[in-house]
Amino acid sequence: MQQKEQLRQFIASNLIVFEDEADLKDDDNIFQLGYVNSLFAMKLLNYIESEFDVKIETEEMDIKNFSSINNIMALLDKKLGVKE
Amino acid sequence: MKEVKCIVWDLDNTIWEGVLTEPGEVKLRSGMAEAIKELDRRGILHSIASKNNLDDAMAQLKAFGISEYFLFPEVHWDVKSGSVSRIKENLNIGMDTIVFVDDQAFERDEVSSVNAEVETFDALDFHALLDNPRLMPRFITEDSGRRRLMYQEEIVRKKEEEVYKGPQEGFLASLNMEFSISEAKEEDLQRAVELTERTNQLNATGRTYSYEELQSFMTSEDHRLYICELTDKYGSYGKIGLALIEIADSYWHLKMMLMSCRVLSRSVGTVLMTYIMNQAKADDKKLRADFKQTDRNKMMYVTYRFSNFSEYENDGQGNIVFENDLTQIQPFPHYIKVNLPEDVCAESSVAAE
Repeated sequence: MQQKEQLRQFIASNLIVFEDEADLKDDDNIFQLGYVNSLFAMKLLNYIESEFDVKIETEEMDIKNFSSINNIMALLDKKLGVKE
Repeated sequence: MKEVKCIVWDLDNTIWEGVLTEPGEVKLRSGMAEAIKELDRRGILHSIASKNNLDDAMAQLKAFGISEYFLFPEVHWDVKSGSVSRIKENLNIGMDTIVFVDDQAFERDEVSSVNAEVETFDALDFHALLDNPRLMPRFITEDSGRRRLMYQEEIVRKKEEEVYKGPQEGFLASLNMEFSISEAKEEDLQRAVELTERTNQLNATGRTYSYEELQSFMTSEDHRLYICELTDKYGSYGKIGLALIEIADSYWHLKMMLMSCRVLSRSVGTVLMTYIMNQAKADDKKLRADFKQTDRNKMMYVTYRFSNFSEYENDGQGNIVFENDLTQIQPFPHYIKVNLPEDVCAESSVAAE
């Protein structure tokens, strides 16, 4: 749970948002809420890989897997579940 | 060997004759100022790795009238291999594009023992640098001549960014950025060739193109060659982006796309991508894109995937063809004014009336 909040904070502080008062909820579409540029995409991947100690494979770099906090958590649950 | 982007100079008994911390005057080496200016004109950057007091060294360079030619000088008492590494980081260039000039064999060996890709030269041979093929770019473009200036503008930007309090988008909006996409013209081609040769990180294929190849694409009915420029309140970043598209019957094929890492933090790469996606969609076509994975362009791979491209073909050797159904296209960011090729056409027709 704590990791989820950290993830939210990471996204909120790195994403260039379209609206000033954006508030990032679990199901909000990150790609609609803000401007996903190369640098943000790369930072997000690096953050997830180091924070959760996983490697995101190229076939997992699907936009769906990263479009919301819930989807990112679901991807991680799947990856970490398989590992253990 | 790769074209040189930066020369890192020692000072004592290299740039000048004599040692600054010892009694007596130092004397600028004969022909040095001319060599530095000539290389600067070619678009080659200069920096310094010297064991000296920073203020004294800079004052001396100023007295010689050449201080403005050096970016990110490393003047202190630490090892020079570390200085070279920091210069590399600050300029964001490859280690294999740096050369190091020092009169002392010990310093040259110390640098190359840590950074084996850095070619080193004895200061006595500095004049030969002017004729070294690695320091003779095939084309000297408007961008080459302005390169140092662009880095200096970037240093001012970074400083302002550091002291800026408030959200990122507020800072970006304060830059008054304008991004212009246009169809490449004859006078853009030398710079376009140079971009294909110098761009590593944000480069979809890493393929280089000759002047003649680009010229034939420029005039071809079945191709579009776009070149991009970014300006902001500090000045122009120059021509920094390039895309080549082949118009096939049922789809547009993006053969090459690159963006100079100079503009990495400005997120303009995705602006070009959005434009191309919109154009293909308006033409009622799908979009395919060639991609070649290298050890340096992972960020570009991620950019494509996060722009909703999926792998259509992959030969397992890093050669990928992406496809995009164009159902999700990011809008242009509101903090950049985007000028499109069609706007230019519209303006000129108005002017003609």
